[in-house]
Amino acid sequence: MTHICNKMNRRAFGGGALAIVLARPALALNADDATAFIKRLIGDIYSVIDSGAPEAAMIRQFEELFVRYADVQIMAQYALGVDARSATAEQKSAFNAAFAGYIAKKYGKRFRQFIGGRIEVEGARKIKAGFEIKTTAYLKGENPIEVIFLVSDKSGELQFFNMFLEGVNLLLTERSEIGSMLDMSGGDLNATIHELNKAG
Amino acid sequence: MSLGNIKRSSPRALIVIALIAGLAGCSGAGRVQPTGINDPHEQSNRKVHNFNKKLAGSGNGSGLAHAVPMGVQTVVHNIAENLSMPQVAVNSALQADVKGFGIASYRFLTNTVLGVGGIADVASEFQIPKHDTDFGETLYVWGVGEGSYYELPFVGPSTGRDVAGRFVDLFTNPLSYTLPRPEKYVGTVTKFADSVFKNSRRSDAINDVLEGSTDSYSQARLIYLQKRRYELSRRTGAPVTYDDPYLQ
Repeated sequence: MTHICNKMNRRAFGGGALAIVLARPALALNADDATAFIKRLIGDIYSVIDSGAPEAAMIRQFEELFVRYADVQIMAQYALGVDARSATAEQKSAFNAAFAGYIAKKYGKRFRQFIGGRIEVEGARKIKAGFEIKTTAYLKGENPIEVIFLVSDKSGELQFFNMFLEGVNLLLTERSEIGSMLDMSGGDLNATIHELNKAG
Repeated sequence: MSLGNIKRSSPRALIVIALIAGLAGCSGAGRVQPTGINDPHEQSNRKVHNFNKKLAGSGNGSGLAHAVPMGVQTVVHNIAENLSMPQVAVNSALQADVKGFGIASYRFLTNTVLGVGGIADVASEFQIPKHDTDFGETLYVWGVGEGSYYELPFVGPSTGRDVAGRFVDLFTNPLSYTLPRPEKYVGTVTKFADSVFKNSRRSDAINDVLEGSTDSYSQARLIYLQKRRYELSRRTGAPVTYDDPYLQ
């Protein structure tokens, strides 16, 4: 009897602890977590850049980092705009994958500018969806650039969902670009996905 | 607050400013940051865009920025920047920006005397921060609306308010009233050359983005407007509010 009771208590306790652990990210996102998250991201980006690997290999690694650190689904959905509503599940996942590859290629190709530079985290500010992390990129031979990351845990884990370079909103700019692609193809999403796979 | 400053300038300048303010489309709302795109001249702007694109070099990187050695571009930039400082000081005063006025004056004195007429940027070596402003920003501070979007030949994207600002800036450089001919043109010529180089270099930096773009005109327009609005709102220090894509 006592044996069973103990077992049950242990199980109940274990379950409770597990529930707390699982629920924790949603409850406890604070400025320090968000800042540490962006610092890890910057560290990982620089270890790819410093590896001196061939460009194609670097871009593959950037894509892995993007998929790991960014909420690709919400970003891709925003970039696709209203056309996301009429897309099938299959089209959506094809678009998400194409979007991740496109972003990695388009921005990853500019890694040379970052060689010998550094990105410093300036601070965090609470915003509706999570936190705004302000950083400054010091690139060789250029004036410092303000880079802002928006971080949220609304997907269930800590991820960034937008970036601003000197006030230029990455998602808004890509939404416009993808909108132009859709216009060009007469609103054909499959053609746009194909185009996105080639572009960047 | 800034009216006192206008009254002190000549009546002719007042008329020009009034005209310009009308041209740029006075919103009267006072420093309201627009978010949309106002581009009624899209057709003609697109033609200018194609011209500028050809000028920037057809896919082989930016033509001019590559043709002219970086050292020359730096000297042109230093001279243009130094000669613009008296005007930056005037505009800072019109914006009631005491700190900006101080920086511009101090930079001009330092670089003119120690930097041999502004060829060398000694002030930066002394850790004096940079400061740049123009009449377009003064109009913004005064509450003039952004106006419509323009892409100008050679110099690139702009807005109605900034076109008006550029025009006024042609006449309000104190140096052009104090320097003899032809010295007084050095500032205008180097400033123009510098903005052409800058546009050319800039297109080098965002060339990959624009070159590969399906519609480089709308990308250039969106990027410029976001950047300019950011620059202007930054000085007022108001915290930005963001779109939340999780709510859509």
